[in-house]
Amino acid sequence: MNPALLGLVTILAGVGGCLLYFWGSNQILDKVIFPAKGPQAGQNINRANIVRPWLFLFPAMFALGLYLAYPVFETLRLSLTDRDQGGAFVGLANYNQMMGEPKFWEALRNNLLWLIVVPAASTAFGLLAAQLTDRIKWGSAAKSLIFMPMAISFVGAGVIFKLVYEARPADQNQIGVLNSVWLQFDGGIGSFLFLQVLPAIMLLAFAAIVAYVGWIFVRPIAESKQRGGGAGYVPLRLFVGVAALYLVYLSLTSLVGIFTFDYPYGQPQTWLTIPFWNSFLLMVVLIWIQTGFAMVILSAALRGIPEETVEAAIVDGANPFQIFFKIKVPQIMGTIVVVWTTITITVLKVFDIVFAMTNGQWETQVLANYMFDKLFRANDWGVGSASAIIIMIMVSPILVWNVYNARKEMK
Amino acid sequence: MDNIAGSKSSLGWVVNISVVLLVALWVFPTFGLLVSSFRTADQIVGSGWWASLFPSEQTERYRAADPDENRVQRGDLFVVEGNFFGDNGAPGEIQSWGTSSRAVDAYQAGDVADLGDGETFSVDAEGNYVWSGNDEQISGRGQRAFVTAVSPPEFTTENYVNIMTSGDSNDNMAKAFFNTLTVTIPATIIPIVVAAFAAYALAWMDFPGRAILIACVVGLLVVPLQLALIPLLKLHVGIGIGKGYLGVWLAHTGFGLPLAIYLLRNYMVGLPRDIIENAKVDGATDFQIFTKIILPLSFPALASFAIFQFLWTWNDLLVAKVFLIDATGQTTVMTDQIVNLLGTRGGNWEILATAAFVSIAVPLCVFFAMQKYLVRGLLAGSVK
Repeated sequence: MNPALLGLVTILAGVGGCLLYFWGSNQILDKVIFPAKGPQAGQNINRANIVRPWLFLFPAMFALGLYLAYPVFETLRLSLTDRDQGGAFVGLANYNQMMGEPKFWEALRNNLLWLIVVPAASTAFGLLAAQLTDRIKWGSAAKSLIFMPMAISFVGAGVIFKLVYEARPADQNQIGVLNSVWLQFDGGIGSFLFLQVLPAIMLLAFAAIVAYVGWIFVRPIAESKQRGGGAGYVPLRLFVGVAALYLVYLSLTSLVGIFTFDYPYGQPQTWLTIPFWNSFLLMVVLIWIQTGFAMVILSAALRGIPEETVEAAIVDGANPFQIFFKIKVPQIMGTIVVVWTTITITVLKVFDIVFAMTNGQWETQVLANYMFDKLFRANDWGVGSASAIIIMIMVSPILVWNVYNARKEMK
Repeated sequence: MDNIAGSKSSLGWVVNISVVLLVALWVFPTFGLLVSSFRTADQIVGSGWWASLFPSEQTERYRAADPDENRVQRGDLFVVEGNFFGDNGAPGEIQSWGTSSRAVDAYQAGDVADLGDGETFSVDAEGNYVWSGNDEQISGRGQRAFVTAVSPPEFTTENYVNIMTSGDSNDNMAKAFFNTLTVTIPATIIPIVVAAFAAYALAWMDFPGRAILIACVVGLLVVPLQLALIPLLKLHVGIGIGKGYLGVWLAHTGFGLPLAIYLLRNYMVGLPRDIIENAKVDGATDFQIFTKIILPLSFPALASFAIFQFLWTWNDLLVAKVFLIDATGQTTVMTDQIVNLLGTRGGNWEILATAAFVSIAVPLCVFFAMQKYLVRGLLAGSVK
């Protein structure tokens, strides 16, 4: 059958079938099983009202169970069996095999890098854009344009950025923006300022911010010792503190690297093949897409801040930066966390960008693409399912946190 | 807000410039691809797309026609006349010219150059030249001239015609476009109907276990669909659907449901209780309340979800690759075809850029037309 016709039939059958089911099942319930007449009319109405919600819920619950809940358990089972041995139970053999593969560790390491960089950068840019665009007349037009990449597919964005990163031989005109900018640097004073001093300043700023965030998390522990009690989540706070310390250490050591690195001036670079840095170039694509999302949500949150608090700060003589960091940001912290976790989920599932741009070559592998590789190229369902379970494990803290918050909100 | 104290913000200009830079940074990459899709293959590899926005200057060396064959005598002078560009026409308007390689822009169009001893040479804007002098001067080889022409930006829609009508099935996007459309429309509409009823039950009907079900939906919102690939593919093959449209519609419906239920429930809970209770008092059944009251009032939430689901299914690659595209390749969607083109046509930017833009154009139109609902939906359910 012609696919378009099949589509039309499916829409009619799907929508019509649903409506028919809801209408018909309600009719049968009210007229046949528990008719609202005769000696037991009152009791029947009550019984019908007990059953009815489940009629309304059944199709959705069935689909959710079959398409999302069941696969979680089935994948868990598959990850413990071997397809080649006819689905025999093999315990953790698949996980062992996966742990032995360098590609898996590369994917995991890259994924962790993605998890730190993309949500942080998207949220930061989103916050910046939200704060700036709220203060100007053409702000909504600007927002619209920054938000636009949200509508573009990861594959489309991949093509867009492949053109940006495109490299041509040195004797030809460069058609990629990045190389064309890169060739403007010749090792002179401009290069020194832009490629060594500027990154150094940014790195220092990053280290300072990380140290500050770490301190915010650790401080309650130190204070609670003096006052006795009061600091919850001690393991989490300690973990964030140690992570922050490690990041600061990393930034400070790479500061030396910036000044000793020998830049290959004048040679066009095939950016996507430079290990380690190419991962960041792929992250740029996702940051570019997600910033608009962060901006829209944070902008709404910023507008929801009670004006009295800002007015009071102005009266007390706070400057715009103080108002922003000390008055506004603390009040929208909850929204920032929501944005952060939402982008984290997207990052964990990122597949299309890597698949389209490098397909995991040149050390850019990520878990979702590793999994796809295992499932559909190597046809190894055991290891593929095992890596899917790893993604699920990484998602589950957020899942628990979301459910916890949703329940709290309902009460 | 910062002006409340009466002082005008001194940061006004800084803010404006920062936003301009930010917007430029965000629009620039897409714009580059758009511009590239309107250039020919030679133009794309010849210069960066940003160069095509400005008039381009080219300086070429030309030689006047052979004087021994073409000169005519006028009075006591010999003259050679002609046009540098011949039948091809000028590459653009001539801006400047010169007779020496050391000063290629010595003269403007229309100027007459004095070459000494009465010998003169002139070039006008269309490339017509007049070379005159005495018998000895107008002989030997033709006078050379360096001509700088400025050609205006030049764009073509040829790429789009090619990609939609190409005979090569790898390049032709028309089929993939309709396949994508075929996947998208049922996959957008069906989950709305299923989810709307469930959302109503979760919002306005009292039954034991409601809170747990809502928590389940919130939990399922973040379950990565990667986990569902193999079990569901096995299921589809097992019950005879196999790989095909039906499978991909069902899969998108299943994956879209949590967000749909969550968004719609949150919206329906906010509807005024009075309307529903009045209707109940007047004897309306739940089914009537739902179809006659709740559904029309929930239009904004329905629209929000419809846009999400549309963008998500239109832009999807993974679900289509697993549940739809079989070995024959007849059911390929645009995202998949673009990935294939990236592999086979890596350097042919005229094809890649155009193919990508054919795929991007529809969601962009939907985005700009219905941004209001998209934002509203995001704010209501920023979990997915």
